[in-house]
Amino acid sequence: MCDTCGCNVTPAADEHAVEVLKGLLDANDHEALHNREHFQRHNVLAINLMSSPGAGKTALLEATIEALGGDLRIAVVEGDLETENDAERIRAKGVPAIQITTGSACHLDAHMVHDALHELELDDVDVLFIENVGNLVCPASFDLGQHINVALLSTPEGDDKPAKYPVMFRAADLVLVTKSDLLEVLDDFDPDAAERHVREIANPAPLLKLSARTGLGMDGWLEWIRREAGSRE
Amino acid sequence: MHELSLCEALIDQVTNIAREQQVSSVSDIFVSVGPLSGVEGPLMRHAFPIAAAGTVADQAELHLETTGIRVRCEECGEESDAKMNNLVCASCGDWRTTLISGDELILQRVVMGEARV
Ligand SMILES: [Zn+2]
Repeated sequence: MCDTCGCNVTPAADEHAVEVLKGLLDANDHEALHNREHFQRHNVLAINLMSSPGAGKTALLEATIEALGGDLRIAVVEGDLETENDAERIRAKGVPAIQITTGSACHLDAHMVHDALHELELDDVDVLFIENVGNLVCPASFDLGQHINVALLSTPEGDDKPAKYPVMFRAADLVLVTKSDLLEVLDDFDPDAAERHVREIANPAPLLKLSARTGLGMDGWLEWIRREAGSRE
Repeated sequence: MHELSLCEALIDQVTNIAREQQVSSVSDIFVSVGPLSGVEGPLMRHAFPIAAAGTVADQAELHLETTGIRVRCEECGEESDAKMNNLVCASCGDWRTTLISGDELILQRVVMGEARV
């Protein structure tokens, strides 16, 4: 019948037990599928941004909106706890931003994103950025319905982050090496080593070096967004 | 700690099953956890009683069964054991592998307690 209420269970032989074989995240995944249908229907490219706190997600978003705002209609679902002003900062750039109040939650889930989607006019959006909670562990387990996961790896964090947080970096479709303008002064971040760590967890995701502050490498990222948005029309 | 959210989702599923089976409590819950599921066993055990309090699983024991990590190589086709942060093929050393097991997070089995009166 349905797979949400447990009515597909079969009883075990001896004791009174039931075999279930159901994912703990089934309810979330079901809602994520629903979100994906929303995006499909309105031709929206949904990008989930994940990183540790302070890796520069909001700064990247601001620079991205400034550069792309003319060509693509952008909206933001803001889920980061760190700075309550994040949504304000985004709105100041002239794009709609919905703040999700996560309370003490360490991740966004598909239900929270779904509620936020209903506050947006998706017909007027080409690219939706979901800024996840700054945390390299919890957000990785929850599908939000996004098309693409982007993980930010800021150079001061060190090049071995993908080896320390394999669940997160395995889920990434693109890795952005942020604050790359610092590469010349940092001696413990080797971009080749970062790439090697990503490959060692069997992830073919490209790595792009950029700096939202200096504009270094932003072209490649913007080009990547344009291509992904174009392929969905 | 997303383990609390996961325990709450687990309790929802278990509560539905108990209702179906017409029991007022369950005694044992078996969950298989892959190392790459993103779940920490100790955190899960810590969160479980909080989520289970006052539910059919109030007195239940949570059994976590850790699964192994296995990959299949897309280059040479061999299967091998792997580690969380090293999923390369043990046979030929290529990194292009597919995970066969190790990221699961599955409610396997629930043992019922007392029948509802
Ligand atoms: Zn091989």
